[in-house]
Amino acid sequence: MFLQQLINGFTLGAVYALIALGYTMVYGILELINFAHGEIYMLGAYITIISLSILTITGLTSKSLILSLLIVLIITTIISGAYGLTMERAAYRPLRHAPRLSPLISAIGVSIFLQNYVMLTQGSADKIFPHILPPGGLSMADVTLTYMQMFIIITSVFLMTALHTFIRKTRLGKAMRATAQDKKMASLVGIDIDTVIMVTFITGSALAAVAGFMVAMYYGLVNFYMGYVAGIKAFTAAVLGGIGNIQGAVFGGFLLGILESLGAAYISSEYKDAFAFIILILILIFKPTGLLGERVPEKV
Amino acid sequence: MGIEQSAITALMKSAISGGIIFCGIILFEGIKMFLTASGGIAVSNNIKGGLQSVHNIFKKAILNKGLLLVLLILLIFVPFALNNYYIDILTITGIYAILALGLNIVVGLAGLLDLGYIAFYAIGAYSYGILNTEFGIPFWPALLIGGLLAAFAGMFLGMITLRLRGDYLAIVTLGFLMIVHLILNNWDSLTHGPNGILGISSPSIGKFVFSEPIHFYYLILVISILAIFIINRINNSRIGRAWIAIREDEIAASAMGINVTTMKILAITLGASWAGVAGVFFAGRYSFISPESFTFLETVIVLSMVVLGGMGSIPGVILGAALLIILPEVLRGFQDYRMLVFGGAMVLMMVFRPQGLIGNPRRKIELMPVNRE
Repeated sequence: MFLQQLINGFTLGAVYALIALGYTMVYGILELINFAHGEIYMLGAYITIISLSILTITGLTSKSLILSLLIVLIITTIISGAYGLTMERAAYRPLRHAPRLSPLISAIGVSIFLQNYVMLTQGSADKIFPHILPPGGLSMADVTLTYMQMFIIITSVFLMTALHTFIRKTRLGKAMRATAQDKKMASLVGIDIDTVIMVTFITGSALAAVAGFMVAMYYGLVNFYMGYVAGIKAFTAAVLGGIGNIQGAVFGGFLLGILESLGAAYISSEYKDAFAFIILILILIFKPTGLLGERVPEKV
Repeated sequence: MGIEQSAITALMKSAISGGIIFCGIILFEGIKMFLTASGGIAVSNNIKGGLQSVHNIFKKAILNKGLLLVLLILLIFVPFALNNYYIDILTITGIYAILALGLNIVVGLAGLLDLGYIAFYAIGAYSYGILNTEFGIPFWPALLIGGLLAAFAGMFLGMITLRLRGDYLAIVTLGFLMIVHLILNNWDSLTHGPNGILGISSPSIGKFVFSEPIHFYYLILVISILAIFIINRINNSRIGRAWIAIREDEIAASAMGINVTTMKILAITLGASWAGVAGVFFAGRYSFISPESFTFLETVIVLSMVVLGGMGSIPGVILGAALLIILPEVLRGFQDYRMLVFGGAMVLMMVFRPQGLIGNPRRKIELMPVNRE
């Protein structure tokens, strides 16, 4: 039972971690809480449903499941990246030098806009996601690791490693780190800040959309308001690990997933969604810098 | 076969609408590019000029005390010319005006974002609902208790988050609203869950019981005028000036000896207390409350009123409340698209006219993007 909950929590945590990465990356560079990030996750789920159904109509899914999943992943990444890019261009870039309140309100506006756009065009009813992976999985004693969970964990760990390599090893990644440290200095040494911010939004959005895809498969349900709760939880994960810190977001995501799963099993399943909030409050009271974060003094 | 067929048509439909979403976003981007391009600047200047003249008319009207008096007299006598349905709409406008005035203290005056504002409204409504149905406490003391309870909740959240950066407040209050909603839905013995609380008694003075829509209209009118008076006084006091200083430059403000954290906590506490008062009135007016009335969407509506009308401007937010309640009533077909438009309007307002329809001039200068780098 305990081990099973741990596995479930780990799976959930992988998803939270993927979304939290986008929050933390944007916050690290722009010091902006991107409220519309949860909406990108929701859009990701919808884009996969749509592209998967197109593939089903063409008959590809019955021929090669792996290939079609790969194609769906690529389509989702590209389209949601485009959404992230558009969002940044339309709602955040014009406000980059405005007082802090303006981009926050603009972010809420984008979030509401996207949510209602999807509701109006896709309907407010839940959409059912087809079961495409075979049921069952690896069982040992009374603990089961389903194929779905394996798929989620492997995909997220792969993406996190890829992101890590990207940020550590490539030129663009280096530019991102430099920008996060000091925007002005970075621009003085010839880094194009606009490009860096664009890349940050695209990567963050793509990760969130993949998370949306996997959650849609895991629960088999998609709706237009799924981004709201997931957004709050992923933000909690980012704060838990120390906002602005990439390893922190991953760590916070997994920790939150496991805590939530154990809480739902042993304390109360009705109040499952409350655990994230209680953790957020506790962290803000006792260790506001997060578990892996460091204190950064406010700049004048 | 039939099921498969219908599944495929449903999927095709979603594919098409997905395409529409994407095109919509691209279109939005296109419009923006057009507006910033040389030809578009003229168009956007025309729009800005139009807004400016609307603003000027309102500003002149508001500065004129005689006109204010006329407006007041009009508000007192207008219900005699209207049927109950329209009186009710005016009453709802009054509730939202109080909510918007309260949120304006937090967002407009202190410059903090409170996304769980409706949670305080819910606390007010449920405290009267529970106190009245369980303990028989009448409306007037409940008005005070509801306001105080909401204020305490606001103070609690403020004390946790406002020692830190202001941005955390937004997400913590959003989480708080989620929790309040969970409790309202699940704590059956206290809140009756999704069914809500029925049979809350109407307010009364001596033998006179508020029962007709017009009674409630005058009650909310009195409460609103009281709210405007008090908030205006606070705004022009030392506290109000401290808020301006914090909004403009937190570090400079604290160097001038303003206790930034205390002032911010005060703002959210005062804002929350008005939401509590509005909540008690809401429960008294409809004698029925359920969790459905206190969703995140309500927060968004109130926030749109503040942003549209003008952050920090009392006449502005009242105009915002009036517009956003009365316009959807007038344009019936618009109802479905209401939230979509509000969301889009928030972005557009922030980009093109951050001070709102009637913003105060000081606020306008503050909100102009400055290149500090």
